[in-house]
Amino acid sequence: MSEAAVEKALDQKMNTVPLKMIGKDVSVYYGEKRALFDVNLNIRENTVTALIGPSGCGKSTFLRTLNRMNDTIENCRVTGRITLDEDDIYDPSIDVVELRARVGMVFQKPNPFPKSIYDNVAYGPRIHGLARTKAELDEIVETSLQKAGLWNEVKDRLQEPGTGLSGGQQQRLCIARAVAVSPEVILMDEPCSALDPIATAKVEELIHELRANFTIVIVTHSMQQAARVSQRTAMFHLGNLVEENDTDKMFTNPDDQRTQDYIMGRFG
Amino acid sequence: MSTSLLLLTILLIGLVAYFAGRARSLAVSGSKLATLHSLPGYHGSYVAIWAVLPAALVLAAWLIASPLYIDSSVRSALPETVRNQGAATVQLALGQVKAVATGLARLDAKEIEAVKTGSVNLRETLAAKGVALAGEGEPFMVEAAEQFNAMRGFSRWLMSAVVLLAAFAGGVYAIRNVTARFRARNQVERVMLGSLIVASSIAILTTIGIIGSMLSEAGRFFSMVSPAEFFFGTVWDPRFAAAGSEGSSGQFGLLPLLGGTLYIAFVAMAFAVPIGLFAAIYMAEYASPRLRSIAKPLLEVLAGIPTIVYGFFALVTVGPFLRDISAQLNGLLTGNYQNFIQAQSVLTAGIVMGIMLIPFVSSLSDDIITQVPRALRDGSLGLGATRSETVKKVILPAALPGIVGALLLTASRAVGETMIVVLAAGVAARMQINPFEPMTTVTVKIVHQLTGDLEFTSPQTLVAFALGITLFVITLGLNIYALYIVRKYREQYE
Ligand SMILES: Nc1ncnc2c1ncn2[C@@H]1O[C@H](COP(=O)(O)OP(=O)(O)O)[C@@H](O)[C@H]1O
Ligand SMILES: [Mg+2]
Repeated sequence: MSEAAVEKALDQKMNTVPLKMIGKDVSVYYGEKRALFDVNLNIRENTVTALIGPSGCGKSTFLRTLNRMNDTIENCRVTGRITLDEDDIYDPSIDVVELRARVGMVFQKPNPFPKSIYDNVAYGPRIHGLARTKAELDEIVETSLQKAGLWNEVKDRLQEPGTGLSGGQQQRLCIARAVAVSPEVILMDEPCSALDPIATAKVEELIHELRANFTIVIVTHSMQQAARVSQRTAMFHLGNLVEENDTDKMFTNPDDQRTQDYIMGRFG
Repeated sequence: MSTSLLLLTILLIGLVAYFAGRARSLAVSGSKLATLHSLPGYHGSYVAIWAVLPAALVLAAWLIASPLYIDSSVRSALPETVRNQGAATVQLALGQVKAVATGLARLDAKEIEAVKTGSVNLRETLAAKGVALAGEGEPFMVEAAEQFNAMRGFSRWLMSAVVLLAAFAGGVYAIRNVTARFRARNQVERVMLGSLIVASSIAILTTIGIIGSMLSEAGRFFSMVSPAEFFFGTVWDPRFAAAGSEGSSGQFGLLPLLGGTLYIAFVAMAFAVPIGLFAAIYMAEYASPRLRSIAKPLLEVLAGIPTIVYGFFALVTVGPFLRDISAQLNGLLTGNYQNFIQAQSVLTAGIVMGIMLIPFVSSLSDDIITQVPRALRDGSLGLGATRSETVKKVILPAALPGIVGALLLTASRAVGETMIVVLAAGVAARMQINPFEPMTTVTVKIVHQLTGDLEFTSPQTLVAFALGITLFVITLGLNIYALYIVRKYREQYE
């Protein structure tokens, strides 16, 4: 087979992956100011999709449209259509609380609640009534911490405050907290920007493993990180989606000149 | 020269010094401003400060020291017989000497001669000039008074000379310092710093002074009534004894008053805390920024209403309303239209004080709730929690220590509140638990004991200081503890 044929076959294979979320003509306004311009971006199931672009280009804004966290921002308005498994998430019949249980979120700065490690992880399951007994809850907490690769480090001090952990551990605790409600999609907004390189490596490894069970969308300002953890990459610039492609292709042979320039570090 | 005239002169010299300093700095700069280290205004201020400040300090010191010195030298010039009769007599004689001295200043030379030889009555002569003398004057007083007048005149003259000299010398010294590289700006800065420190120490020293005077008066009270009787006494019955009559000192039990104070404060808090807290949660978490920007200042205006106004409100509205409604209720239930809530009662005072406290609770709690980082809210909402779940499970627990601190601060206001309870709680010092009956508080009794024409010698009036210091200790303790908690909680987010 020729190289081109191999590439085509690979593309085919990738293209058969079902779409978890579909964003169509998504625009976001903060008051009078328009932050996103008709973005069309699809999120593939069990895939890590990285959002890159210079700061202020609208990556976080787009990410927040996916679980309607923009609703919590005063005078923020979203137009267009976003679906999660065919359901329009901006439809009035959709319960936003339920949506956020299906599309979880991890934030830039680790934000554990000022509660114990156990209570941090148990927070979501308790609210959504996912466990009927204490034993079930213990089970959920343990598996979530295991999935977040934190279990071995904290299993002897579950009752200590989550805020007492190191920054990297706190961020993994937040991931465990998100995982505990068994979401389908996990959104991560620059989850490593407040962490040191070692903690970053751990979280990146974790993202790799989580991919098996979850669909992940991650905002990152680090090209290397996008290249390391993602299979699909979307490049934003000034509120526009510039290019969406397989990560390998994006970093070797992008279609758009602006992507090329950004990746080469010519702006941003 | 009179003191105010002297002061005016100093200021005038200061003004001249300012312009002289400015002009001088301009002159040495050769009209090239850039060569000056400091702007001409600073040089002017520097010279003016040197002209005014030392002179003013000398003046102040002189005004304090010279009367002391003159008094003591006049005192030592009094005849042996007077000085041997104890401090009180000497003090009395000194007062008379000063009165005579004032009188002598109004007599002419012939009259003074007549007074000295005793050919006319001293007291009558002075009375004719409008100076009343306590008791018959004695010959030695005239002499002492003359000495007093002479010393005073000399002192005044010397003071004027010294002060003016100081102003002049200061100005000249400073103006000679003015050169292009002279750092007038830094010098002025140091004086500013000094005056700021003086201002803040005045505030602190006054506080210490107030505490000191309260302590010493309370000490006098405790020398008449034993502390155990005061702190553990269960009967408050001070019995206004006729002045001077010994023995019938009454009973000064603190407990009924303290009980009333705490009870009313408790009712007020029970009323204010839930309402204030809910208002704060609404303001911080739900209200739109527009509503918030209107409602929050409005609520805070309530905190500025003088408490006496709340007192009126209690007296003419809430009290009678509670009394009448209780009569109606009783009538409906038993057929007997007898009110079971008194117009003046713990409940009336508590409710009105609670209304007064609502803005404090809500405003303080609102500040604390909005201090909870947005990241925690987002974290909770991002997990699919509703707003009220977020408030209940994340925000309130995180803000709790701060809110407790705020409530303690509020409680200390409730304990110290006076005007509402004076009008609404009644004056009966009783120990009881029925909230519908009147009770009274520490503050009410302080007001009572200090109303009227008083002499601060009997325990009946001095007890006010003991009550005051007790109240002070309670509120101070509450405040310190509250600040400690609030501060500890602040660190949590840093
Ligand atoms: N809460 C907000 N209110 C108003 N403007 C906002 C808000 N959040 C973001 N923006 C604006 O929207 C644009 C995109 O921001 P964002 O999505 O945070 O960018 P990125 O995450 O790519 O750095 C920026 O110009 C930013 O100023
Ligand atoms: Mg961002």
